[in-house]
Amino acid sequence: MIVLDGVGMTYRAASGPVEALRSISFRVDGGELVALVGPSGCGKSTLLRIIAGLRPATTGRVAVGGHAVTGPVPAVGMVFQAPILLKWRRIVENVLLPAELAGLDPGAFRGRALELLRLVGLGDFADRLPRELSGGMQQRAALCRALLLDPPLLLMDEPFGALDAMTRDELNLELLRVWGEGSRTRKTIVFVTHSIVEAVFLADRVVVLTPRPGRVAELVPVPLPRPRTVETRASPAFGALALQIHLLLARSA
Amino acid sequence: MTRGALRRYVPSLVLFGALLLIWQVVPPLLRIREYLLPGPVAVVRAALNFSIPWHAHIWVTTLEILGGFALAGAGGVALGVAIAWSGTAARALVPFLVVVNTLPKVAVAPLFLLWLGYGVVPNMLIAALIGFFPVVINTAVGLTQIDEELLDLGRVFGAPKWKVFVKIRLPNALPYVLSALKITATAAVVGAIVGEFVASQAGLGMVIVNAQTNLNTPVAFAALAWISVIGLGLYGAVGLAARAWAPWADTP
Ligand SMILES: Nc1ncnc2c1ncn2[C@@H]1O[C@H](COP(=O)(O)OP(=O)(O)O)[C@@H](O)[C@H]1O
Ligand SMILES: [Mg+2]
Repeated sequence: MIVLDGVGMTYRAASGPVEALRSISFRVDGGELVALVGPSGCGKSTLLRIIAGLRPATTGRVAVGGHAVTGPVPAVGMVFQAPILLKWRRIVENVLLPAELAGLDPGAFRGRALELLRLVGLGDFADRLPRELSGGMQQRAALCRALLLDPPLLLMDEPFGALDAMTRDELNLELLRVWGEGSRTRKTIVFVTHSIVEAVFLADRVVVLTPRPGRVAELVPVPLPRPRTVETRASPAFGALALQIHLLLARSA
Repeated sequence: MTRGALRRYVPSLVLFGALLLIWQVVPPLLRIREYLLPGPVAVVRAALNFSIPWHAHIWVTTLEILGGFALAGAGGVALGVAIAWSGTAARALVPFLVVVNTLPKVAVAPLFLLWLGYGVVPNMLIAALIGFFPVVINTAVGLTQIDEELLDLGRVFGAPKWKVFVKIRLPNALPYVLSALKITATAAVVGAIVGEFVASQAGLGMVIVNAQTNLNTPVAFAALAWISVIGLGLYGAVGLAARAWAPWADTP
């Protein structure tokens, strides 16, 4: 589904070049849920943008769905690190934005938008303006927006970073449901997080990145059984994987 | 109006009242003559003395102000959109606009009269000329000063340029435009009066010029009072529009 081959990225900032990523190579299979962990500033957001075709990589090749990425990749659901809701639109209208931008009839998606909002606990906030919601609530609305058109590929940049632990755990389970954990037709998800626990809980594989410039420190498979449940986190295998990733991060730091 | 809103205006109302009182009482004590500084009572009497055709003058001046305001608003937004839409348009227009804006409009006023003759239209144009520049700038800034991520949002969903413009850039610019229009509202008043000063057959500016030559200072002050009523009305209307159309904006 996604192939990264020797991807590097150097920003040309006013203060000089900043090498954010260096020779990143890995692939994500169709239906796979891959988590990206790494220290802050190691280029996780940059990598997600490159995969989405929002920024060209300085070096290397990127392909999504068998096509080389040269511009914005179609049919991607993207959750940015910040909610970036349109502050003049009510929450439900923000969720409907992808339909409008894609030239679809937003009326036809209204029911689905409200359903998604209910799913993430925002059913009562559909008609509020973004500034009336907390950061975590805004981020959940942004998640609904990304899911509106039911995209086969989801790129998520610390989507639950602003949430309290309990809501985060709930939404992790919800995300697995949306992904299609119990079904045969799964979405492909690349999920950036700085929480090792979240990465291990969700992912089929965890990509551990080094500090800047970000390189792949290790690709860690997560062979925990699915469907994952609240008990998954309590299993010894879970703890061993979390520790392994923790050590990898600590070693490369 | 709610009680709280009323209470908000109490300090300025008290100050206003105190100033009126001082203005009424102190000049006579200092033996300042009425033709130099008439008291508020004399001014109000003049303003409500309808042997002067106030309504006709108010109508003319209001028309000039509103016409100038509308022209400045529409022209300013159009130019701002052009500048934001195309780099070529920006490079072509901006230096030209800067030159036009630095021209002293008062000096241009006699030329407008020469070309267009007496009447409402040249004064409207002067009002528009004085007021349009902030609208151009704020429109262009509002359309371009936009979170890069908001534009990424448009690109992720494969929106064409015009759609991003209509759905994201334009609403983003609205508070900028509305706050420029507040400046324009005040500038249009200045422009209309300047035009009338230079030459006119009617209007509150002309009333002031005539009253000055006749040393009828209470009438000049009365005209001033009417001008500020019009100005405040327009400013207030723009403020209300801003609150109604851009309730998300932080600026009051
Ligand atoms: N637009 C930009 N211009 C210059 N440097 C940037 C830009 N965006 C990110 N960077 C730099 O690239 C590095 C990686 O950033 P980012 O991808 O946001 O990291 P992460 O998401 O892992 O925290 C950081 O050092 C950051 O300062
Ligand atoms: Mg980031």
